[in-house]
Amino acid sequence: MAGPDAPAFADAPTLSDADAALVEDLLSGSHRALARVITKIENRTPGYRAIVSALHEHTGGADVIGITGSPGAGKSTLVDKLAAAYRERGDTVGVIAVDPSSPYTGGAVLGDRIRMGSNVGDMDVFFRSMSARGQLGGLSTATADAVKALDAFGKDVVVLETVGAGQNEVDVVRTADTVAVLVQPGSGDDVQTLKAGILEIGDVFVVNKADMDGAQRTVAELEEMVHRREGGTTGRNAGHHGATSTASTGGGPTKGSRDDDHAAAEGGGSGDAGDSWTPEVLETVANSGEGVGSLIEAFDAHAAYLRESGEIETTERRRYAEEIRTLVRADVGALATAEIERRGGIDRLAERVRDRETDPYAVAEAIVGPIADCVDGERADGDRDA
Amino acid sequence: MSAEQQERAVRCLVAKVGLDGHDRGAHVIARAFRDAGFEVVYSGLHRAPEDIVQAAVQEDVDVLGISILSGAHNTLVPKVIEGLKEYDAFDDTLVLVGGIVPDEDETELKELGVAEVFGPGTPMEETIEFIRNNVPERA
Repeated sequence: MAGPDAPAFADAPTLSDADAALVEDLLSGSHRALARVITKIENRTPGYRAIVSALHEHTGGADVIGITGSPGAGKSTLVDKLAAAYRERGDTVGVIAVDPSSPYTGGAVLGDRIRMGSNVGDMDVFFRSMSARGQLGGLSTATADAVKALDAFGKDVVVLETVGAGQNEVDVVRTADTVAVLVQPGSGDDVQTLKAGILEIGDVFVVNKADMDGAQRTVAELEEMVHRREGGTTGRNAGHHGATSTASTGGGPTKGSRDDDHAAAEGGGSGDAGDSWTPEVLETVANSGEGVGSLIEAFDAHAAYLRESGEIETTERRRYAEEIRTLVRADVGALATAEIERRGGIDRLAERVRDRETDPYAVAEAIVGPIADCVDGERADGDRDA
Repeated sequence: MSAEQQERAVRCLVAKVGLDGHDRGAHVIARAFRDAGFEVVYSGLHRAPEDIVQAAVQEDVDVLGISILSGAHNTLVPKVIEGLKEYDAFDDTLVLVGGIVPDEDETELKELGVAEVFGPGTPMEETIEFIRNNVPERA
């Protein structure tokens, strides 16, 4: 809500008539319209911004869950079983599965759909494959926008599935409320590599294929890592959630802690509000569906924790701040790129620097200076108007 | 303000329908499409026509390539086309059939709305070229 002092944002992009009809159709439940909107988002078809703008006010109803893990960990199979379990309890589900694309041809084989065996023919599971097209940092914007489309459509749960192999993918899952990191047993080295980046973003860790040799060891390694991270970053929550460490000795790894979290959530801020979330470590066998129920409970517990602790407001603010920054950076970058083109292209500028005719700072100043002047000029005008 | 570049990619669904379990051809096609720069969604084996429709609608593909080697095209393909129409998706989806299809059936399929039928031994480039030239323009 813009107060009297806040600048008004009258500049929301305007919808074309056709796009307005498309948004209308999406909101009234047309699968075709939803699919088409996601295509426009993916292709960055002119006008897609206005569409996402128009959808924004209808979002916020879905629980968004990110699932990441190394190739072959069983993400797609687990997502399939998750979707089926959510459907069983009456929730509608949207899935965005991101696959890498070839950096050479741009082509991609999007194979995640093959695993969606439990939900074929059920239109209330909307499954969409997206390729990581050569978008510079734009992938997370595109997937976040696609999630908004599913959210506005009215999906209760939206699952975002991606290979956890790089900053791009990490950025993608960070747009989810709850992040599950999938690990397969016996991948001691795998757990090592997880340390860099992905471990920090997991709210729930899942050892999939838990019927394989080495599952217990992987669970133990993850437990240890979770607690080390806990000790390292937040020293304040040792007491209450200390239960998790003892739970790992039993057969069902973190049953105790989950009950704890429920209790904390239901307690409704009775002095526990300052508690932070301790990631759970769960076991699943996605093929048979074993452990999927507990996983959903863990997701629910995390969602409840976010709401009860007020953490959801912080994460949402952080997420939208990141979205704004990304968009502004991209747009200003595009202005600069266009300006570089107008001045003969980057190669010519580089050549002139090489010939010692000019230097990189002077070039940057020459390009950005006029843009900055425009912004300053606009601000001065605005001040005069006010 | 949007100075960003559009990034259009041709999206294809390579689908196996019915009881036919021969998917080597579908795999080869999927890879060739990928190398041609298309985004390929592969359905997996033994899909029912309604599964194919669901996938084609949700993935919003430009091209639906149905591979049938079992001879059941006369029963399966019409169901897929009907389903696409039901979701208002038929008009801007290029429907192709690959497999062993007798000439008289081919005529019938084309009347139904199949854009082209590719028999055994069709060079990959021919199929890719056909898609490039016929992919529906979308608003």
